[in-house]
Amino acid sequence: MLPELLIKGLSLGAIYAMIAMGFCLLWQTSRLVNFAEGEFVTIPAFLMVMFYSVLAVPYPLAILFAILVAALLLGVVMKKTLVDALITRGNTPFVVTTIALGFFVKDFLTVFATPEAMNFPSMVRQTPLHFAGAAFSSLDLWNIVIAAVVILGVGFFIRKSKPGKALQAVAQNREAAVIMGIDAQKMILLAFSINAVLAAFSASLAAPIYMVKYDMGNELGLKAFYAAIIGGFNQVRGALLGGLLVGLIEILTAAYISTKYKSGFVLLVLIAVILFKPEGLLGTKEQ
Amino acid sequence: MAQANHAMKLRSVLIGWALALLLLLLPVFVFKSQYLLYISSLTCIYMIVACGLNIVLGYAGQISLAQAGFLGIGAYVCALLGPTLSFWVVLPLAGLVCFVIGLGLGFPSLRVKTHFLAMVTLGFTVIVYLILVNEENWTGGPFGVFNIPRPKIGSLSFSSPANYHIIVALVTFILLLLAFWGLNSQWGRAFKAIRENEARAEMLGVNLRNYKLMAFAIGSAFAGVGGALIAPLFGYIDPTMFALGFSFQFLLMVVVGGVGRFEGPLLGAMIVAILPEMLRVTEKYFPVIFALAAILIMVFMPKGSVSAVDWAYKKITGKEEPHLTK
Amino acid sequence: MRALEVDGLRKCFGGFAALRGVDLHVDEGELFGVIGPNGSGKTTFFNCVTGTLKCSAGKVAFKGREITNAAPDAIYRMGIGRTFQLIELFPGMTVLENMLLALQERQGSMLGRLFRIREETNERQALELLEFLRIAHLQDELARNLSYGEQKLLDFGMVMMSNPGLILLDEPTCGVEIQMRQQMMHHIKELNKQGTTIIVIEHNMDVVMNLCTRIVVLDTGEKIAEGSPQEIQNNQKVIDAYFGAEE
Repeated sequence: MLPELLIKGLSLGAIYAMIAMGFCLLWQTSRLVNFAEGEFVTIPAFLMVMFYSVLAVPYPLAILFAILVAALLLGVVMKKTLVDALITRGNTPFVVTTIALGFFVKDFLTVFATPEAMNFPSMVRQTPLHFAGAAFSSLDLWNIVIAAVVILGVGFFIRKSKPGKALQAVAQNREAAVIMGIDAQKMILLAFSINAVLAAFSASLAAPIYMVKYDMGNELGLKAFYAAIIGGFNQVRGALLGGLLVGLIEILTAAYISTKYKSGFVLLVLIAVILFKPEGLLGTKEQ
Repeated sequence: MAQANHAMKLRSVLIGWALALLLLLLPVFVFKSQYLLYISSLTCIYMIVACGLNIVLGYAGQISLAQAGFLGIGAYVCALLGPTLSFWVVLPLAGLVCFVIGLGLGFPSLRVKTHFLAMVTLGFTVIVYLILVNEENWTGGPFGVFNIPRPKIGSLSFSSPANYHIIVALVTFILLLLAFWGLNSQWGRAFKAIRENEARAEMLGVNLRNYKLMAFAIGSAFAGVGGALIAPLFGYIDPTMFALGFSFQFLLMVVVGGVGRFEGPLLGAMIVAILPEMLRVTEKYFPVIFALAAILIMVFMPKGSVSAVDWAYKKITGKEEPHLTK
Repeated sequence: MRALEVDGLRKCFGGFAALRGVDLHVDEGELFGVIGPNGSGKTTFFNCVTGTLKCSAGKVAFKGREITNAAPDAIYRMGIGRTFQLIELFPGMTVLENMLLALQERQGSMLGRLFRIREETNERQALELLEFLRIAHLQDELARNLSYGEQKLLDFGMVMMSNPGLILLDEPTCGVEIQMRQQMMHHIKELNKQGTTIIVIEHNMDVVMNLCTRIVVLDTGEKIAEGSPQEIQNNQKVIDAYFGAEE
């Protein structure tokens, strides 16, 4: 039982980790908290359904197009409209605006798309696998692999490429980075674009599991927050650890303690982290 | 000079509040329809909760997502204890319970920066929801609580919509007046200082933590009292009424109305409660429009709808509209 | 009793030592100056004394009472006031409100403040101070609408509101035009005559030499000289610090 639960937990956690990673990148570069992050997953999910089920675009292209449109809409457009308008006003206005944005997206989809849940096929067929006496779903393994590849890919980009390093510089010390000639605004744009891509990939993995519905972002967005806080906002490792932990705690709580309170335990961990190590398990104290 | 100013201000304040009381009670005399009275009572309750949230958000500068949770606690306290204790006991009790919980919740959370209170209150509201849904033996679980009685004094019953609105209006009046008093006291000045320049405020002796804690506890108490009023209004409550989304709604209410201005949340509450009814035609679209309006207001009219009122006032009288509080 | 006693004050930011063990004392009623080239640690020194920054090592005592690493609001209530190089006022509040805030937290209890509506004594005191600083006519003006010099005066006034025993002025005449500068210096001297101990950080040599009775010179976090204005002016180490030593 336990190994299967662990795999399932890691599989869910991998999805949360991807979302949390983008969320943290946003915060690190711009110190903005995006309460609409869940909707950043919902939108690509709807786009995927639209391309694949409605427009009959081949599956891989549907996902690709959705990711590209998301990167454009939730990355570039988002940055150039809302972020630029609000970033000078401080954190609270942006937070409140993203809350409103979240509502807007959900209500918009309910009214103009559909309030019904829709199916979206997974990338691989769900086949049971057996290993060392335990039964897994191939889908879970696949999710872990894809998430790992994406996360490592993004991580590699951030660590090794020139724009990636500039991003890191802005994340660590904005004033110093600006003095050294780095365009902080461009880096924020990059962060938003990366975030959009990560959220879109998460959508492709989450859609088959959660079903595509206007409120699918509620839970996913919340889990991403929890992950970011538990793991640590200011380190990408934190988001990853947080995501995996949230997934694991959720699955294990549901199995061993109670399904009803499976979110409850995560919340307790969350509150404990906030009280005792507010910067997150892997986070570093801000000066 | 200052003396004369004070006397004049006091008079206009008294007149203003007398008018406010009249306005709050007006529906009782003017509306015959049950439905309109219901909307009036709901608006008043929203005003209480939004005012409380404004104290936390607009004056102490903290984002709280706990309003729905405290509303739920207040409502369930009323629904579950109402039959045994009387309504008149339960009403302040709900406020007190939420005040204490607010203190407990805020105490550790406020020592960390800004958004952590948002996260903690978010977690709190979700936990409250989970408990309300799952602990069937106490709370009736997802089925909720039925037949919540309305108050009475001796043989005088306040069950009818009109009579119940009298209670709601009076409680609203008292709470808003208390908030007005507090925000015009030295606390109001401290809050404003915290909002404008927290670091300097601290250097001038303002104990940030205490003030923020008080603001949060008071805001929570307001939501609790609102909950105790809303339970008999609906007659029936269930956990879905107090889900996280409702907290977001209150936040938007305050912001759309005008953060940090006393009349802002009142305006926002009226917009959220009344507008969808007035624009019945667009009922389906109201949530989308409201959310979009909130976004546009945050971007273009950050001071909220109140700034539209300010603008009109200036156009008409040629003077700046005086702020109701510091 | 010494107004301020600082022993071995160190402040490190990561690997960088902004203050490397500074010892100094200020007697009651002195008009004391702290000077030094840019980056010598003067503002850091103020920040450590007022609790804005935590000291990495060392002790700070105010009138014999240790205040090392106390919280900023507690230090203010003990009677130490301070102004800032970059003006830190409350822009959306009126001048009078700014002044009243500076005093209210030193009076009574928090609960009492909820019920205090008559603030006539405080208002009178605020207006007196505003008169003294010649900006009383601006009492109902929003702080953000004041000119730079007027804001500096307001800043000064706010610090004076609570009758602190010790005032730290961080570059009080910085960026201020000559007439205002003279006025500032006049106010500072008047205040000192009334018995308040004042420590001034200044860049402007004229101001410091004319204002202070005793001066300390900091360079890269260390005290390199101490004495009367004449002694400092003729001190080779000080000259080297400012102008660079001859190789």
